[in-house]
Amino acid sequence: MTSATMETLFGQCFRDSIVSETDAMVKALREEAFSYYAATGFPTVRDEDWKYTNVAEIAKGEWPCTQMRTSLPDDDPRPRVMLENFRFGRNGFTALNLAFADISVVVIPRETSVAEPIELDLSAAEGEMASPHVIVIAEAGSKATIVETYRSGGRGLMNSAVQIVVEENANLTHYRVQRDAADAYNYGVTEVTVGPAARYDLTSVNLGGAISRHDIDAKLIAEGGEIWVDGLYMLSGSQHHDTHSSIDHTVPNCNSHQTYKGVLNDSSRGVFNGKVFVRENASGTDAQQQNKNLLLSNDARVDTKPQLEIFNDDVKCSHGATVGQLEDEELFYLLTRGLPETLARNLLTYGFAEEIINKIEIESIKSELDSMVLNRLGTEI
Amino acid sequence: MLLEVKDLHAGIDGKEILKGLNLHVQKGEVHAIMGPNGSGKSTLSKVLAGHPSYEVMSGEVIYEGKDLLEMEPDERARDGVFMAFQYPVEVPGVSNSQFLRLAYNEKMKHTGGEELDPLEFNDYLKEKAKIVEMDPQFFKRSVNEGFSGGEKKRNEILQMAVLEPKLAILDETDSGLDIDALRIVAEGVNKLRSADNAIILVTHYQRLLNYIQPDFVHVLANGKIVKEGGKELALELEEKGYDWVKGAAV
Repeated sequence: MTSATMETLFGQCFRDSIVSETDAMVKALREEAFSYYAATGFPTVRDEDWKYTNVAEIAKGEWPCTQMRTSLPDDDPRPRVMLENFRFGRNGFTALNLAFADISVVVIPRETSVAEPIELDLSAAEGEMASPHVIVIAEAGSKATIVETYRSGGRGLMNSAVQIVVEENANLTHYRVQRDAADAYNYGVTEVTVGPAARYDLTSVNLGGAISRHDIDAKLIAEGGEIWVDGLYMLSGSQHHDTHSSIDHTVPNCNSHQTYKGVLNDSSRGVFNGKVFVRENASGTDAQQQNKNLLLSNDARVDTKPQLEIFNDDVKCSHGATVGQLEDEELFYLLTRGLPETLARNLLTYGFAEEIINKIEIESIKSELDSMVLNRLGTEI
Repeated sequence: MLLEVKDLHAGIDGKEILKGLNLHVQKGEVHAIMGPNGSGKSTLSKVLAGHPSYEVMSGEVIYEGKDLLEMEPDERARDGVFMAFQYPVEVPGVSNSQFLRLAYNEKMKHTGGEELDPLEFNDYLKEKAKIVEMDPQFFKRSVNEGFSGGEKKRNEILQMAVLEPKLAILDETDSGLDIDALRIVAEGVNKLRSADNAIILVTHYQRLLNYIQPDFVHVLANGKIVKEGGKELALELEEKGYDWVKGAAV
């Protein structure tokens, strides 16, 4: 199928569904977003931002859309404002997301500490496209943990968007676990705005999917904000994963930390593109960014591009990327303790991945991910 | 004979560092190998442990009647050879207890002993940790990561305690230790010393030997053992300096 007939399929689907959208504002947004998609289609490798991630096989697929759903509160204007500000024009996926979005809202009430994690279980059914769009508002002084899990069982297309606001003094921990089946497709964007003295801490673990991409767009908009954006991609076979992140320091005295790690086996491919912006008036910024990759096979490949753009002198920033194999001295050390070489290599690889997984403070999720990592390595410890 | 090194010539990057070294070690003995920088002490440790960067040009190393040089580093370890590193390596993301349990169980598989599950091993480890006065807090931490110099050396001796080697080579275990850490490490080694094992202490300084009394002292210079004697030799060396033995031959 060509992309033109593809548009027709989505177009038919869109026209059938949009008639039942009763919310005038949302209806207008959906129409605008769909026109954008109809005009641009899916991104291609000719787009600078998609140079290394070819989604032609997704664009070629036939994806019956699922039902649009809108559940916005009547008495709270904030989710509407957020939805209006959603950058659906980021690419064809984000435009399609908003056009077909299944919209839901999570509010963590002010000065409330929520002990139980808030779970978002998302998956696309075999052969279908899912477009969840979740709006999260962590009100002032609140504290909560969100667990966002992707678990598509087969070749479905997950196309999600999560918009988050962390208000003054709020503290939001976000675990994003993508453990789709190996033939699934997954695109997701996370938009985050961090307010005064607020803290947002993301740990993103990417294990599944044939082609997956996660775009992160985080903004620090008031002093004293703190962001952690850490992640792991562990790939094998012919899996492809791409993380594009942007961390934007727009005001003074905020800090951001980013550690992304990749473990790539077989002929898998990883892409990391991390931008950190320090705007003109963002003095006192502390921004650290690193991307480390471990290649376990000669056919695996990673394209990494950490980028710092600094427009202020009074800042502390560092960034770097490494691509390599296991350290010989570490391996020798383990061998001298009697571990057979395969086990020693697996243990070092596990340790490399664990640095990210160890951030997860929910024991059940952590131990499940531990087992998945070990399983991927074909080892037990 | 536990270990027999015969006319060993070895080096790194094509450069010969050990130039005909001979050493005999019996069970129950503690040997100190002393020597100035560059004499080949570290090369000897690395060759015995099987470091892949070091090459043996000629000579033999017989361990319990077997050709040690034919064995892979991990086989040597499972067979009872242990080296405490001068610079212990950090292994991020792997907890000390996970690491030690794996090493212990690999050894048990080899020797036909009983493997331990995490709970059983934790009890075993707690007992062993007392030998080097190590807080069980360290079990959960990543191997050597963020450990001070002294903690790393204590961790090496803890590993020795867990693995119960027949031959332990302690490579400059005293370097970088303050006096308290030195005492703890040395006392740990003394507790592990027995009639069933042998220890080779590789050291530049005599001070470790105040705490661990060797049965034999060998002085290494220019890749050869140039002087041998009892523990009093170490004191004599301390007094006269290495220039005294340089150029001398046994």
